[in-house]
Amino acid sequence: MKHVTKLATGAAGLGLSLFAALPAWAQDAALQAPTAAAPAATVNKGDTAWMLTSTVLVMMMILPGLALFYGGLTRAKNMLSTMTQIGAAACLAMLIWVMYGYSVAFGPDVPGFASNFVSGLGKAFLKGVTPASQAATFTAGVEIPEYVFICFQMTFAAITAALVLGSVVERMKFSAVMAFTAVWLTIVYFPIAHMVWASSGLFFKAGALDFAGGTVVHINAGVSALVAALILGKRMGYPTTPMPPHSLTLTGVGTGLLWVGWFGFNAGSALEANGSAGLAMINTFVATASGGLFWMLAERVAGHKGSALGFCSGIVAGLVAVTPAAGNSGPFGAIVLGAIASVVCFYAVSVLKPKLGYDDALDAFGVHGIGGMIGAIGTAVVYAPSLGGPGAADYAIGPKLLVQIEAVATTIVWAAIGTIIAMFVAKALTGLRVSKEVEQEGLDLGEHGERAYN
Amino acid sequence: MKLIIAIIKPFKLDEVREALTTLGVAGMTVTEVKGFGRQKGQTEIYRGAEYSTNMVPKIKIEVVCASEIADRVVESIQAAANTGAIGDGKIFMLDVGQAVRIRTGETDDSAL
Repeated sequence: MKHVTKLATGAAGLGLSLFAALPAWAQDAALQAPTAAAPAATVNKGDTAWMLTSTVLVMMMILPGLALFYGGLTRAKNMLSTMTQIGAAACLAMLIWVMYGYSVAFGPDVPGFASNFVSGLGKAFLKGVTPASQAATFTAGVEIPEYVFICFQMTFAAITAALVLGSVVERMKFSAVMAFTAVWLTIVYFPIAHMVWASSGLFFKAGALDFAGGTVVHINAGVSALVAALILGKRMGYPTTPMPPHSLTLTGVGTGLLWVGWFGFNAGSALEANGSAGLAMINTFVATASGGLFWMLAERVAGHKGSALGFCSGIVAGLVAVTPAAGNSGPFGAIVLGAIASVVCFYAVSVLKPKLGYDDALDAFGVHGIGGMIGAIGTAVVYAPSLGGPGAADYAIGPKLLVQIEAVATTIVWAAIGTIIAMFVAKALTGLRVSKEVEQEGLDLGEHGERAYN
Repeated sequence: MKLIIAIIKPFKLDEVREALTTLGVAGMTVTEVKGFGRQKGQTEIYRGAEYSTNMVPKIKIEVVCASEIADRVVESIQAAANTGAIGDGKIFMLDVGQAVRIRTGETDDSAL
């Protein structure tokens, strides 16, 4: 794998750097200037075309993919509210991203310890970026246009903000969603994206493996979703009133769009049209296939029928688990990872959640949080060349496992604290929750004045 | 005149309609309904959350006919809608005081 040959810079000076090893993160390399005296970097049209394509594939995961997947799982009276909240949160994320988000995550380094967590505002409002600006890939001397990199990363910020909403639908005000999204992106998403993918970031320097965003996107969104749901409280009548999904057909359509879009998410994270992207692609096929089937198998073992929703949930669990491992695993490691994540997520949403009693309405934590943790930690195992992974011959699982667990634990704590702050800011500004009457009548009518189905 | 209300299994509707047409019944009103009797509902499971629906979908037929053929109408519905399983439904017969055809103003048996 070409991209694993690129070494992290500035790894010294941190305790975590003890674990520094061959880095294999995707996306990290951007904006790292090629090392001194490198020849003038060239932009390859094939890479650029692939990254443009990947970017709109990720966009398709949000609208309509996630909107339909989540929308179908809610009750008919909250369909429009769910879809609109997802779309609007994504739009807000895009605007904030170009205003200051990109700069905070991937801007110029700040002096001192703070550079582990954020970049400076030197690129706020995309200052200095022109069509001629370039961002590095994982191959020395090969770059992509910076505007393409900005857009690609923008879609990641947008979908992560939208994923969090899965736990709070059917009861959170639209205005509260917008306020929460703005604060949450600023204090949670941008710093974690920086920590994992920017060359001066904490996890990057520690050598954490996160190909396409297992920690940044899925653990981050899952944990934030859980904390937000706990602060917001349960839906009226949960869990005694039946709240079955209103259209598993639409959920199935959304699942398909998510899977197809995920090829942009994972294979696009190679930043080039090459073998690493190919590896990410095959893993995104097989881990997902195994996830879909193993969820149904877990249902049968638990004494139920293998269900369509189980199939869809397993597909998403497999996709989540393979995200950090996409370019960091062999195909058979990915199959095992997808299967394990799927079975564990099944128990998390059908056994653990009812026991703990929290109302994570659409299982954002149960699938993205839990699946993300299994994927992130499992990546350290499947990376090993003895298991078919792309790691170097002298790769040792143990130390990398520690780095992965540290990255996961830090993300959990950071996301939890940031979400508490963002939820209380949203509460102070908007009151957070709709009135009982609106919740009873449905947010479609109460918040938007429309019905999904007439 | 009699009003006959029958609650039947949805897939039996065509057979019942045919049976009544051969008796000379000129019209009926059909409604999709839900309800419960001895037949139990199904259990649905979504990601482990179990919902038991105790209302079963049925078809309600309403027929008004002359008193003379009312017994035969009931018999033929009973024969046509029967599967021998729990949940086949029920038939009720009520007296009707008056019937009017809106278009012509005809009353009672000639309005049917």
